[in-house]
Amino acid sequence: MADNNTYDAIVIGSGISGGWAAKELTEKGLKVIMLERGRNIEHVKDYVNATKGTWEFSHRGTKTRQMMKDYPVLNRDYPLNEINLDWWVNEKESPYTEVKRFDWFRGYHVGGRSLMWGRQSWRWADQDFEANAKEGIGIDWPVRYNEIAPWYDHVEKFAGISGNRDGIPHLPDGQFMPPMEMTVVEKDVAARLKEIYKGQRHMIIGRTANITEPLPGRTNCQYRDKCWLGCPFGAYFSTQSSTLPAAMRTGNLTLRPWSIVTRILYDKDKKRATGVEVLDAETNQIYEYKAKIIFLNASTLNSAWVLMNSATDVWPDGLGSSSGQLGHNLMDHHIGGATMGVVEGYEDKYTYGRRANGIYIPRFRNMFGERRDYLRGFGYQGAGMRGRGAQPAEMLAIGLDLKEALTEAGPWTMFVGGFGETLPYHENQVTLDKTKKDKWGLPVLAIDAEIKDNERKMRVDMVNDAKEMLEKTGLKNVTSIPFGEPVLGRGIHEMGTARMGADAKTSVLNKWNQVWDAPNVFVTDGSFMASANCVNPSLSYMAFTARAADHAVSELKKQNL
Amino acid sequence: MNRRQALSAVGALLGGSIIGANYFLSGCKPAGKKAAAGFTADDITLLDDVGETIIPTTADSPGAKAAKIGEFMRTIVNDCYTENQQKTFTDGIGQLRQSCQTKYGKDFTSLSPEQKKEFVTALDKEAKALTSSDDYKKRKLAYDSLQANWVRSEEANNDFGASHLKDEYPPHYFTMIKQLTVWGYFTSEVGMTKALRYIETPGKFDGAYPYKKGDKAWAIGGFFG
Repeated sequence: MADNNTYDAIVIGSGISGGWAAKELTEKGLKVIMLERGRNIEHVKDYVNATKGTWEFSHRGTKTRQMMKDYPVLNRDYPLNEINLDWWVNEKESPYTEVKRFDWFRGYHVGGRSLMWGRQSWRWADQDFEANAKEGIGIDWPVRYNEIAPWYDHVEKFAGISGNRDGIPHLPDGQFMPPMEMTVVEKDVAARLKEIYKGQRHMIIGRTANITEPLPGRTNCQYRDKCWLGCPFGAYFSTQSSTLPAAMRTGNLTLRPWSIVTRILYDKDKKRATGVEVLDAETNQIYEYKAKIIFLNASTLNSAWVLMNSATDVWPDGLGSSSGQLGHNLMDHHIGGATMGVVEGYEDKYTYGRRANGIYIPRFRNMFGERRDYLRGFGYQGAGMRGRGAQPAEMLAIGLDLKEALTEAGPWTMFVGGFGETLPYHENQVTLDKTKKDKWGLPVLAIDAEIKDNERKMRVDMVNDAKEMLEKTGLKNVTSIPFGEPVLGRGIHEMGTARMGADAKTSVLNKWNQVWDAPNVFVTDGSFMASANCVNPSLSYMAFTARAADHAVSELKKQNL
Repeated sequence: MNRRQALSAVGALLGGSIIGANYFLSGCKPAGKKAAAGFTADDITLLDDVGETIIPTTADSPGAKAAKIGEFMRTIVNDCYTENQQKTFTDGIGQLRQSCQTKYGKDFTSLSPEQKKEFVTALDKEAKALTSSDDYKKRKLAYDSLQANWVRSEEANNDFGASHLKDEYPPHYFTMIKQLTVWGYFTSEVGMTKALRYIETPGKFDGAYPYKKGDKAWAIGGFFG
């Protein structure tokens, strides 16, 4: 029995970064077990709603009062819906404590949020890795762009990222498949934006993990725009479509669903982790698995939970707590500045197909020698699309005229919404709340985080700039859309609870994502981030994971672990 | 759906029906107590008939009745409406019957097509007049401020979901019928595949596809495609 529970490596979590860890480690010949706390979801077979018509759902996709009661957190934003409800965590089974409001949207199953993610894939640039050091914020990143660039190349090629080579220095180009097309209206607005802002502001097509050319076992995007139901064509990157089949092909991977890792086991003499303790989520049985290296990829907040719950007499505040930074510096992108307007002059044009992608306006604030009254910046996502209905129904009478008017194409509208950088604040943190237990009797997380003055000042620009750009580029009826409270969590880009750094005294991880206090433990989900930048982060998690796996195997061969 | 689509839906709604937005955007409002609105078979027939008058059968496509709009309204009202919205809706069915009897001395279903159109057109005007009246606005404001107070008190107790659970002052019942008809029809199989153009798997994307007045719009499904 003991032998059966011993592997070369354990990967905790099966989402974007866990899947990458499993692929890289198994391809390098390691015997790996990937532990996933939730159920299995099989590629294609379990995408049960992916090919149904809207009319096949009794509430046509929308949420019911019962769902709102059962999912009080998910209900706070768009994810609560009838069609992929099974892919969001059961909130009654897995509660958490909000010291301040924090909207935590989770997926507890094989593939994690790689099944529902937004797929926008952006590289960081030198200015992003250098910002902390230059401005004296948090701690310096222990790496620079040139160290990560080859790993961006590596993961982009395998995951399949479509995008245009835009030549924007602060948003480096990568190994792209052909870009998706911008609509006629987006091209028009993009051209005007470039002219008006003298080449300092750009509107570009989103760089998305939807493939536009086939890859082995995957078909190029069919423009159905139902990604978050699972793609029967495997056209977007997920654990299921991409990294899991690659890892399985090696014959070196064991996948174990229903496996809640409760703690990492630590040998204080060797100063190494020896394995993990697993609670079987179905049977409540406890198991131990042993390995030479451990990759922790449980998602930012849950990885912090695993480390904190791995407290020992040597590390009473948890494994990796020696710097006092474990659980601290929690970040997310603060979203806002949603704005829309009408574009006239393209009544003879329309779209064909449903593009699962939008446009992007990269960061332009606090750049080009400018200094605002806040640090860092924000980018916008959006789209210019043609709607349905010559007029809104409420403006119309009833009968034939109403039917005909609503059957026609409507006006072209363009909308944008901002994603802003949140600085790392030590006091934005998670801790264990031992007074509350989940379904399995485990302590829950208490989340205590909020945006501060820098973000509030940035949000003023975020709203005003969106309005100004849409107005200056000629849109009509430009309107700001109230998009709710500036609360953290809503960005669904949690980061930073186990930051990396050059100094063990001020960081949880070293530059290779190794826990300073237990170097055979690698944490490569969003926890390692020392700052948040304003671009969607998942591509960076992939790159750092692949890099860390390479380092881990190399260190293993040198017998350093 | 992703954030771009969520934003798109918000945008589409701003250009469209604000009251109806509630059902699409915040979904259906919850209520503390379970209150299944009773619908009789006659109610469903009546709602089918009113729906068909709002969106009639035309040469190229069936109308709202073929989309089983009455059953759809029952489902949404029962599962997604709050208690006060349910009451407005079900009371409204009675008011509609009464008003039809008063005006024509007949049931709605026995009216001629012209009379049906005349009657529903008048209801539509009545609904628009109500929601734009000062009295309605005043009552709505008072109701909404009570709800806002409730949200504030809940948030003081760390119930951060309250703002998404608050109730809203209901519009005229016909506003609800019309919204549900439009929403239900254009997300139904006949609405999506006959009245609109529907391609399950487009296979490609063209951002400058030709369009001329009279061409049908694409069916992009309900809120969630």
